[in-house]
Order: sequence, then structure tokens, then C-alpha cells
Amino acid sequence: MSRRFRFVFMSVLALSMLIAACQPAEPVIVTQEVVVTQEVQVVTTQEVQVQVPVEFTMESARLQAVKDRGTLRCGVNSGVLGFGYLDPAGEYVGFDIDFCKAVATAIFNDPDAVEYTPLTTTTRITALQTNEIDVLIRNTTWTFGRDVELGTDYGPTTFYDGQGMMVREDSGFTSLDDMDGATICVLTGTTTEQNLADAFSSRGIAYETLTFDKSEESAAAYDQERCDGLTSDKSQLTGIKGNLSNPADHAILPEIMSKEPLGPVWAQGDQQWGDLVRWVVYGLIIAEEKGITQANVEQIAAGATGETGRLLGSEGEFGSLLGLDADFMVNVIKAVGNYGEIYDRHLGPEGTNIVRTGSYNDLWTRGGLIYAPPWR
Amino acid sequence: MDLPHDSAARLRKKQDIGALLRDTRFLQALAQAVFVLLVLLLARWLIGNLNDNLQARGLGLSFAFMRRTSSFVVGEGIPSDRTDPFYYQYLVGLINTVRVVSVGLLLATIVGILAGVAMLSPNWLLRTLVQAYVELFRNTPLLVQLFFLYFGIILTLPGLADRITFGPIIISNRGFFMPRPVPHVGFPAWAAISALAFLFGAYTYRRQLQIRVRTGAETRPALWGAALIIGVPLLAWIILPGQPLQLELPELQGLRMTGGARLTPEFAGILFGLVFYTAAFIADIVRSGILAVTHGQREAAMALGLTATQTLRLIILPQALRVIIPPMTNQYLNLAKNSSLAIGVAFPDLYSVSQTIFNQSGQAVQVIALMMGTYLIMSLIISAVMNVINARLQIVER
Repeated sequence: MSRRFRFVFMSVLALSMLIAACQPAEPVIVTQEVVVTQEVQVVTTQEVQVQVPVEFTMESARLQAVKDRGTLRCGVNSGVLGFGYLDPAGEYVGFDIDFCKAVATAIFNDPDAVEYTPLTTTTRITALQTNEIDVLIRNTTWTFGRDVELGTDYGPTTFYDGQGMMVREDSGFTSLDDMDGATICVLTGTTTEQNLADAFSSRGIAYETLTFDKSEESAAAYDQERCDGLTSDKSQLTGIKGNLSNPADHAILPEIMSKEPLGPVWAQGDQQWGDLVRWVVYGLIIAEEKGITQANVEQIAAGATGETGRLLGSEGEFGSLLGLDADFMVNVIKAVGNYGEIYDRHLGPEGTNIVRTGSYNDLWTRGGLIYAPPWR
Repeated sequence: MDLPHDSAARLRKKQDIGALLRDTRFLQALAQAVFVLLVLLLARWLIGNLNDNLQARGLGLSFAFMRRTSSFVVGEGIPSDRTDPFYYQYLVGLINTVRVVSVGLLLATIVGILAGVAMLSPNWLLRTLVQAYVELFRNTPLLVQLFFLYFGIILTLPGLADRITFGPIIISNRGFFMPRPVPHVGFPAWAAISALAFLFGAYTYRRQLQIRVRTGAETRPALWGAALIIGVPLLAWIILPGQPLQLELPELQGLRMTGGARLTPEFAGILFGLVFYTAAFIADIVRSGILAVTHGQREAAMALGLTATQTLRLIILPQALRVIIPPMTNQYLNLAKNSSLAIGVAFPDLYSVSQTIFNQSGQAVQVIALMMGTYLIMSLIISAVMNVINARLQIVER
């Protein structure tokens, strides 16, 4: 037995030495190509003018991978009414879904070139870290910890949310301060758990938590009166309320326990990819600002000048800088409409009816926080 | 024919290599060596890949984050606060899991043995009912049973406002409440006397039993032992001033009950879910174990004039246990591992708390590795204990 073991061991040793010998140490070579074209023009007045147009080959590695694959892999929600859910036909629909479509249209001019990956709160960041998806658009709150420590980068906020508390009307609660000794249902793996602890401990109120894995389960437990309050982002509470056995018996307290800026997220390490996603979102906001809609975009694009012209590709070379077609924003707006149109379609009166006027999610020109840097 | 010396050596060497390549012992060893090497290379590649990817995103494999403030509260178990570090919350979850598993193992064993014996009962109604229970619980998924028990039964109980009062016990969908004995003045003295009485009672029982075995005289060991263990504490209770223990009744205060002992709906849900599911399997193991004892043993016991209970207790069960213990170990391990389904009924067990920790900290790899290690150790402890029991119960063969 021991002799045989020694035999196996020696063979392993010999083989591994052989393989080690076959692998030469690879030196790390970083190749960077920078083409610098220098044009020197000598003018008779002896003045020297130097023009240095620098052409960087700065194509995003991920963009190339997405183009090769032919689809954009988008991490989404599959059960949040208004933001990301499956309609009766089995299609992904929602506010967040439309941003996936917008990015896909910018690259392929095809809103359906998206591969949706439904993710839970616990798997979403891991999916980005492991390169399972290209972009995550799934009610994900931008926080310091996630941004700095978890290797994720955050795009412009597309929806300003805040954590709220839903209670039964007959409980007599009018604010969080009334809720001493209450039991609160909460979802695991969200910033909600932390905000709840912060909000209640700062008020010095005793409480109990019930932590669930799925939104449906926590809603069911609340509906069966196992807990006195259900906490989640306000936008989600409106959706949940509509599905309770008697929606009219429930109210959402006025307090906002936290800031929840939601927007697209991608893995750190590819700046150019980040720029692409960021400016597609900004483009949609600028489109609303300029009154460019799904219906009139082609008409406007025909004779556009100024910022509108730059946005729609008739002036400048903004598309090619991102590795896209010059008129990519025309395609995007044609496919999904501008920011306001996306909002109205899913969150407006026809959708989950989250009031936009006077909220943070209104355009900056009307007093909201939806704002885009200039396109030039 | 004479060959030159060096070419002869070369030929012999060639033959040696050829012989080696035809030697099955060498070929087997070579195949094993290649396999071990491939596994090692694969492991190296996987770990290297993980490390590279984590490094690329600025994440490491360090466990230092466990010392950070958790900022969340675990709903049940030993008290936890939002200022406690992650490792403390992990411990809270671990203790909750150990609570469920230890109580669950005990109850599942009791229910399982009773059900297993009942399946062989001559009483038709009892036998059929127990068989129906075993088939129903063995053949439906545990998670479905848990949801049904929690959402379908426990949460449909009335709320605290319309609670059911059942003597001193209060039943509601916020939990089951019962009075709790609380130590008062004089408790240490009474407890010390009771403990001494227990030790002395146990000693007396053993001694009387030994005398009976040796001499055959009726020494009544159980009577003497019980008299000491029950009688002395009772006497001390009457003689000592004040009441060493007082009952604390649960009371409604604002939104919740204070005082008394409480069984939360979540703990009850996961505990009874696991107990009834595992007991169904144990029942069948016990039934088959009993049937494995040869019929002659029962006949011999009856011929000696033992009653049915005596036959079961003294003849059948000790022999059946040898067949029962090994598959029982599997069921115990299943129960321990299935306890991770507790998150479905909102019980903050090890898995549930770990999930919160890796979400708050983002360090999924470390937390999952830690969790796997913890479950592994728990399972190994259960196996080790069961192996010891198994070894002691085996027939000593010569």
C-alpha cells in the first residue's frame, strides 16, 4: 500500500516537474496603441500654428464583446410592477426594461437584442462581478459601499426613490413615532434592512423585524397581519398595495426613511462602456428637455442644429466617439421614446400611477432632479 | 552472435521501457498520477481565476470585514443590536440554527419512533392514519409543507386583539405565549437542595437495582429513587420561606405581549415543519427495523411470559436499533441541512443571517465559504455522535 502510494506520488512529482518545465514564465506586456497625427502648417508671417488632433483607439472591450455576441445581457427585475415584470404574454415590460432596450437600440438599432436575466436582490451584484451580465438595471440603490468596495459603477439616477412604511388604516399609526413595539416585515438583501434599523434606533423605538427572502412572501405575511408594517421603497409599496386583499385598508406613512437613487449599474474597469450607458440615459433626458418624442424624432432630426443636432447626429461625431452610429439617439428615441414618455408609459396614470409632478423625478426645468449635462 | 557492448545495453534499456509500458501496475499508477495532477491543475485554475476576477474588481478574500458594524438587527434569538459586528450576528444566526436542529432532532425521534411502532399496530384505524401521515409527508416537498404550515395554518390564527386564551396559554398569529417560572428569593438554596436530592436519588436507584440483580430480592429501586428526587424538593419548597419560583404570566402591552415564554410563529413553523417531515422518514425506518428482528425472538419472549410492552422494550427495540441507527444518521443530517429552508418562513437562522451579511458587505465568496464550513462541521459532529452510538450498539462478535 505505502509502496504503491510512493509510486503514485513520485509519478505526480515527475509529471508536474515536466509540466512546470514546459511553461516558460510569461512576461507581462502591455501594448497600447496611440496614433498621433501631427500637422504643422508654416505661415509666411513666421507664426507657427500647431494643430494636434489626437485619434485614440479607445473602443470599449465590453462593447466589442456585446457586438460580437449580438445581444446585450441585461440584469433585471421580474416581479416589480412598473419597473420590471413579465406581462401575460411572457415579455419583460417596465421602466427599467425600457432602459435596457434603449442601450440595446443604441448598439444594434434593435430594441429586442436584449438577453434578460432575472435577478434577486442577493444575486444581482454577484452577477455583475462574475460578468454574467453587461449592465444591471434593477431598482439598485447607489451607495458608497457598493460603489467603492464592490467593484460596481453607477450611472445617472433614473428614478429617485425613498423607503417608506405601509400600515393598516385601522392601526391608527400616522407616523413612524407611533409604531413603538411594532413588528415590521422587510426583505433580505436590500438596503431596506439597514435603513429600518437606522430610522427606528434614531427615534429610540423598540421594534421587531421579520426578514423574508421574497417580496411576495413578505406581502403575504403583512396581509395576514403577522406584522404591523411593511417597509420597502415607496415605488414598490404602491405596487404591493394594489395586490393586497383590500388595498383601500392600507396607507403609506409620509416619512421617507432613506434616499434611494436607482439607476443602471455596471462592473468597474471599463470606462468607455460606462460612458456609453451613461450618455444613452442622458440623451433620453435631453430629448425630453428639447421636446423630442418618439413621434416627432425623425422630423426633428432632418433639420436639427445646435444641441439637438449634436444629439441626433447631424452635427459633430459624438456617436463614433462611443463606438456607435452617428444617429444612434434617433434610433433609441424611436424605439422607446424620451425619458418622460418612458415614465408615463410605466409609472404614469396608465401604469402604477406614481405622481411625477412636483416629485424629484420631474425634469429639472420643472423643479425636479432629472438633469443631464450638456451634449457637446 | 555478439553485439557490441553499448548497443546491447541500449537494447536492454529499450526492452525495459517497453516492459514498463506493458506493465498494468505501472499503467494504473500512471493513470492515477495523471488524474491527481489534472484535479490539482483544475483546482489551481479555478482558484486563480476567482482570485484574478476578485482582484480586478478590487475585492479580496480577506475575512476582516466580519469585524465591521452590521447595521442590522436579527429578529429572533439572543439579543442583537445594529451596532454589533457581522461576526456577532453570524453567531446569533448559528445559535438559532442549533436551537432548531437540537429540538428538532429530539422531537423528530420521538414522533418518528411512536409513528413507526404505530404503523405495526394491530389497531386498524391507528395503523391506517399513521400510514396516511407517513405517505403524505414523505411524498411532498418540504418547502411546500413549510409554506402551508406557516402561511396556511399559523398565520391564519387570530391576531393579538382576538387572541385565543386556553387556560394560561395564549394562541395568536404573533406567537404562542405561556407562563414562565421566574426564580425569586431563596431559589439558589432550593436549587442546590434539589440537585443534591437528584444525585442521591440516582445513586440510590442504581444501588437498589444492583442489589436486586445480585440477590433477587425486591428492593424497589424506582420507588426509592422517585421518592428522593420528587419528595425532597417538594419538602424543601414547603419548609423554605417564600416561593423560590414564581410564574410570570404573559400580558398584552401596547402592540405586543410582555412576560412569559413565547414560541414565535417562525420558530414553530420551521421546527414543526422539519419534525413532521423527518419523523415520517424515521417512522418508516423504525418500522423496517422492527420487522428485521426475526419472528422467533418475539415468540420466545411471549413463551417466557413477557407482556407486549415488555417484549417491545426489552427484546425487539434493542435488536431493531442496530438496523435503525445507520439510516437514522442520514435523516438527522437531512434535518440539520434542511433547517436552512428557515428563510422561507422568515426565521433568522444561519443561512438567513448569512445572506443578509453577504448582501450588506458584498463579500459573497467568504460568507458562503464560512457558511459551508459551519454546516459541514455541524453535520460531522452529528455523524460522529451517531457513529459512537452505532459502535456501542453493535453485537460484540468473537
